[in-house]
Amino acid sequence: MTWILFLEQSLNGLQFGLMLFLLASGLTLVFGIMDMINLAHGALYMVGAFLAAWLTQLTQSFMLGILLAIPLTAIFGMVMESTLLRTLYARDHMSQVLATFALILIINEAVRMIWGTDMPLAAPAALSGPVELLPGLFYPSYRLLIIGVGLVLAGLLYLLVTRTRVGAWVRAGASNREMAMAMGIHIQRLFTLVFGLGAALCAVAGALLGPLLAVQVGMGESVLILAFVVIVIGGIGSIWGAFVGSLLVGFVDTFGRTLMPALFREIFPPQVASAAGPAVASILVYLLMAVVLFIRPQGLFAKR
Amino acid sequence: MKNFRLACLLAASLAAFGTGSLAQTATKVKIGLVSTLSGPNGAIGEDIRDAFNLAIKLNDGKLGGLPVEVVIGDDQFKADVGKQLFERMVKRDKVDFMTGVVFSNIMLAGLPEAVNEKIFYISPNAAPSPLAGKDCNPYFFVASWPNDAYHEMAGQHATSRGFKTAYLMAPNYQAGKDSLAGFKRFYKGKVVNEVYTKLGQLDYSAELAEIRAAKPDAMYVFLPGGMGVNFIKQFVAAGLNKDTRLLLPGFGADQDISRGVGDVMLGMNDTAHWALDINNASNKKFVAEFEMAYKRLPTVYAAQGYDTALIFDAAIRGVKGNINDKDAMRKALREVKFDSVRGDFKFNTNHYPIQNYYLREVKKDAQGRLVNVLASNQPIMANHGDAYVQECSMR
Amino acid sequence: MRNGPSPASAIPAPASWPLWLALIVAAVCLGLWMHSQGLGYYLSMLSRMMIYGLAACSLNLILGYGGLVSFGHAAYMGLGAYTVGILITEGVPNGWLGFALAMAISALMALVIGAISLRTKGVYFIMITLAFAQMLFYLVNSIKAYGGDEGLNIKLRSEFGLGIVLKNDLHFFLLVLVCLVISLVFMQVLMRSRMGRVVLAQRDDDIRTEALGYPVYRYQLALFVIAGAFGGLAGALMVNQQNYVNPNLMHWTQSGVLMIMVILGGVGTLAGGLWGALLLLTLEDLIAELTPHFPFYVGWVLLAVVLLAPKGLSGLPDLWRNRRTPAAKQETQP
Repeated sequence: MTWILFLEQSLNGLQFGLMLFLLASGLTLVFGIMDMINLAHGALYMVGAFLAAWLTQLTQSFMLGILLAIPLTAIFGMVMESTLLRTLYARDHMSQVLATFALILIINEAVRMIWGTDMPLAAPAALSGPVELLPGLFYPSYRLLIIGVGLVLAGLLYLLVTRTRVGAWVRAGASNREMAMAMGIHIQRLFTLVFGLGAALCAVAGALLGPLLAVQVGMGESVLILAFVVIVIGGIGSIWGAFVGSLLVGFVDTFGRTLMPALFREIFPPQVASAAGPAVASILVYLLMAVVLFIRPQGLFAKR
Repeated sequence: MKNFRLACLLAASLAAFGTGSLAQTATKVKIGLVSTLSGPNGAIGEDIRDAFNLAIKLNDGKLGGLPVEVVIGDDQFKADVGKQLFERMVKRDKVDFMTGVVFSNIMLAGLPEAVNEKIFYISPNAAPSPLAGKDCNPYFFVASWPNDAYHEMAGQHATSRGFKTAYLMAPNYQAGKDSLAGFKRFYKGKVVNEVYTKLGQLDYSAELAEIRAAKPDAMYVFLPGGMGVNFIKQFVAAGLNKDTRLLLPGFGADQDISRGVGDVMLGMNDTAHWALDINNASNKKFVAEFEMAYKRLPTVYAAQGYDTALIFDAAIRGVKGNINDKDAMRKALREVKFDSVRGDFKFNTNHYPIQNYYLREVKKDAQGRLVNVLASNQPIMANHGDAYVQECSMR
Repeated sequence: MRNGPSPASAIPAPASWPLWLALIVAAVCLGLWMHSQGLGYYLSMLSRMMIYGLAACSLNLILGYGGLVSFGHAAYMGLGAYTVGILITEGVPNGWLGFALAMAISALMALVIGAISLRTKGVYFIMITLAFAQMLFYLVNSIKAYGGDEGLNIKLRSEFGLGIVLKNDLHFFLLVLVCLVISLVFMQVLMRSRMGRVVLAQRDDDIRTEALGYPVYRYQLALFVIAGAFGGLAGALMVNQQNYVNPNLMHWTQSGVLMIMVILGGVGTLAGGLWGALLLLTLEDLIAELTPHFPFYVGWVLLAVVLLAPKGLSGLPDLWRNRRTPAAKQETQP
């Protein structure tokens, strides 16, 4: 593997990891503070992507499309939280799993009924070519934008959680909800806010990834599992854990997809290698999770 | 609980009345059409369905003189759903013929349901190589082209254009394997790498990085539908189209793809058995009627769907409506003569087509739309069959 | 936060044998009648629903009785199906051997997965079971020799001798019925035994049960293995019914479908999974004809059941009885 290839794959891993982080951070906060398993988180990502695609078509501007999709998705998330999900906080995990699974079915079909099974979303023409970062290293400019946005949002989220009062409430709620309530924090409002924030982050990820992956019904399910793997690795309730976990998963998955088949080709005969290589690559992430759970069952940076 | 059981009993009996008369009548034809009508690859199935229905409509709702009922099902790109649809249409709806499937893996799952009940299946697209050779079946006919064909032509073209190195990529399923095998059969240069991606994969960043490191002269990819749109966009976004020539099989550059990708496709070459501007009366009528009815230009898939209907028409007429005589039906199909939109067409002994293949190019038409038209009237190969016909026991 | 439904659905009541016997006789009569009327297709569909019912009941063992939310249960169904499918493809159509091996392999895999997963709790348990299921899914997908993601077509069904010809819809239906009845009887006996009591106790409070001296982990593992074995049996029947199997049968969303069946029919009841399967699949066939948006309606029904009628179909009589007095539906344990 040449240095150029290594750098390019690293950037790919970073891009993938940052997008996962946007999803995982919302998920870990919801889980950490409200102790609720929300399987419908992936559906919010899908709704964000569809709204962005639709609004981009309406306004003929990618920028406007994303910027409008974010608050709309956040509102949708907050409405969902204050009507349906609130009744689930007191329920057991199984009920939460089932109810949010039902929500996935409903939201998937609703999106299909409104917009059809998929929608085109194209990156702005200015970003459809590569940029030469180093001599010989070309990288698609659009992916660089994603990395940029991802890093900025990660930074802002960090500042929000560690430097603001709202962030302090969030951390308090994640550590000990009853105590936080006893200390006078408006827990209901905080929940709704956190949910809305999570939905907004999902929308950013969905809109940004739309041009690369297809905007289609069911796009949330595959990332949902990875997001859960990330928060299990990183530790529930920890934003820092979600960040580390996302990057870990991003790199392992990207390098796994290319290194594993190559490695297998060296060791095994071609028949075995062409089947086993990609197979091992796809389960690498789960093996990683199993190893982490074995060493540290609460995840790397668990809050409690 | 018991009430529930009674309810089931009631439902079953009501349904029994709905299955209709069991008597056989050859006063109409029922054709089951299972295709991928939703999802990122839904455009393909819709083209087949729309063209098939168009042919019937232009024929006053009849095929071979008999009124037609088309039963449509969406396999949702899932093999098990497709198989269940086949089972339902053959066993419950009692269709006379089946057709429609886009993807080989779905068709291979559903086909036994039809042929085991002696129902003829005419494929408007999927045509995997095992069924051309050792697994050939008296009830299976192909109205499109053998899965290898476009790729063989591309390999031939790459050789004659002097591309010394080639990088190959296809999804990891039967048609994908056939495609790259076909390319290599006629390509005489050096294959740098042969990569099989996951069926349905949409993000090719990792693969593109590898391609850049390998620096091949030419790149051949078989990625139908949504996969193709994404790959081409990402290929261009990575700046790889400057140093590496991208060669595509016909459907990889057709209307549905160029609509999704955009102007960067201008000048790209591909190989196919049909093009919008093939010069015969049937094709001119087809293209004009299709555009008028559906407000879009047809793709190769549509052309194949249309021809499938024409084959049914000619064959049913050949048995004079006596569709239940399976041997007569087979003979009529094997010897079918009709005005195909692609020009010359005839079935080989393995029920796969023998036809011409052309080089095409993406250009802009008079209205500024991206269209895929003949690069040259000379076919790359004429009257070409397939490499597996000798392995088939049918003669 | 404890997992599991309300403690009200405790030890299963002694089976009302007359009722069950009547149901079995009715089922056999139904099968005979449908076969004689040439409704082979519908009989085949009914068999398919019952196979899913068996799979759902096996999930109910760990989900309803055990209180363990496993998203990986479909994997056992898939393993059972592939075992029989591969054996038939390799020229070993013996049903006795195939089915026994299917159950054994599923049980073994459940032992391995359970041994590791049951050491975790709560969402970690859910995630680990899901991860294992996905690992199996990807591994099976990569075995090209047996179809990979194109799936495996099998040309003939299992052979049992004794004059049983599974290609005959009626014979197949009766085989499914026999398997279903035997399985449910086994589950009933199990849950009324001491093991059943311990399982229910740990569902409601595993710490207290452990404190009372019962090795909770061992009981959970045993239950997990038994549930896996019955899942494998369902899979063996399924590959015969469809003459086909593909890795999607093992996907985590399939586990979700099984869960829906359990919930609809009544979680924590013996045959809840069966009723849920019959209801869901019948609705699916009926509504799918009318609208392609079937999952939308299923979603709302499921949501309603979870929020308003947590005991599903089995709980409807109670709901009707209590309709004047708003019952407290959630536990409020911290």
